[in-house]
Amino acid sequence: MTKDRARRQLLIDNLRPSYLKMLASRALVRGLQSGFWRRVSTSSAAWAAHTHDVDVVDCSVPQYNNRLDTPLPDVPFVRNLSAEQKKLKEKEKGSWTQLTKEEKLALYRLTHELSFAEMRQGSKEWMTVLGGVFIFLGFTGLLVLWQRIYVYGDVPATLSPESVAQQTQRMIDMRVNPVHGFANKWDYEKKQWK
Amino acid sequence: MISAAVLRGIGSLTRARAAFTAPLAVRCYSHAKVETDEEFDSRWVTYFSKPDLDAWELRKGMNTLIGYDLVPEPKILDSALRACRRLNDLASAIRILEAVKDKSGPHKEIYPYVIQELNPTLQELGISTPEELGIDKI
Repeated sequence: MTKDRARRQLLIDNLRPSYLKMLASRALVRGLQSGFWRRVSTSSAAWAAHTHDVDVVDCSVPQYNNRLDTPLPDVPFVRNLSAEQKKLKEKEKGSWTQLTKEEKLALYRLTHELSFAEMRQGSKEWMTVLGGVFIFLGFTGLLVLWQRIYVYGDVPATLSPESVAQQTQRMIDMRVNPVHGFANKWDYEKKQWK
Repeated sequence: MISAAVLRGIGSLTRARAAFTAPLAVRCYSHAKVETDEEFDSRWVTYFSKPDLDAWELRKGMNTLIGYDLVPEPKILDSALRACRRLNDLASAIRILEAVKDKSGPHKEIYPYVIQELNPTLQELGISTPEELGIDKI
């Protein structure tokens, strides 16, 4: 009996608000330490050094680039050559008439990532973008429609057909814009629109 | 009322302007000497013909040349291709040919002419055109 009560008391103690708050804050701090904010706070190089391998670009040395206006980039695309690539480079020092087409192509691809044709080709991304824009515009249209039906109240009574007829008659009687405008279009003899 | 002095002044102005516009060549251009096309070409041929041209100078020269609003003459390109040969750089030679084709833009007749002019050099050095290697298409 007392053991059950003791156990119940322990449970209640572990679930009391102040204890839970303390646990929650401790979990939060640990989460902050190991999660998102830590990555943001440390430099990318340091982060790469001790966790997963991130592509760190060293901007202090010349980089390779694919540009139509700079046909010969500062550095070749492939810097670390394998053994057979080194052999090919040695063969390049001899007469180029000895090279096969595949070897010439391989030499080109070692130095350049993309050919001019590949640089010039576009993509179909614009279709995706346009489609996404239309989807969201359509969704917005649905929201606006719902709002019109369920949020807005009734229009004023003066927009009912009878009220508009009375208003029009009054405007004709007042001779609104008789020279070029409204009353000008009404034939006062025949009592109809011209 | 326009005074006589002002009228006389306007008269002199119109007279002077008539004399000024008659010869069209008299314009306010800079007095610096304009380089002729031949001088431009020979300057660039000399640049690439330097025997100990290094890779940086080749790249710098080529990138600068492509930056100009013109398609280089075949003789400049011949000089550049021979520089690539001296530097044992086939990839740059092919890249130069691609750049020439791209530089001609909508004028599709320039590139075949350039290739035709360069054909002896291409055969001699063993440089394949981008078309032969298939990199002119995706």
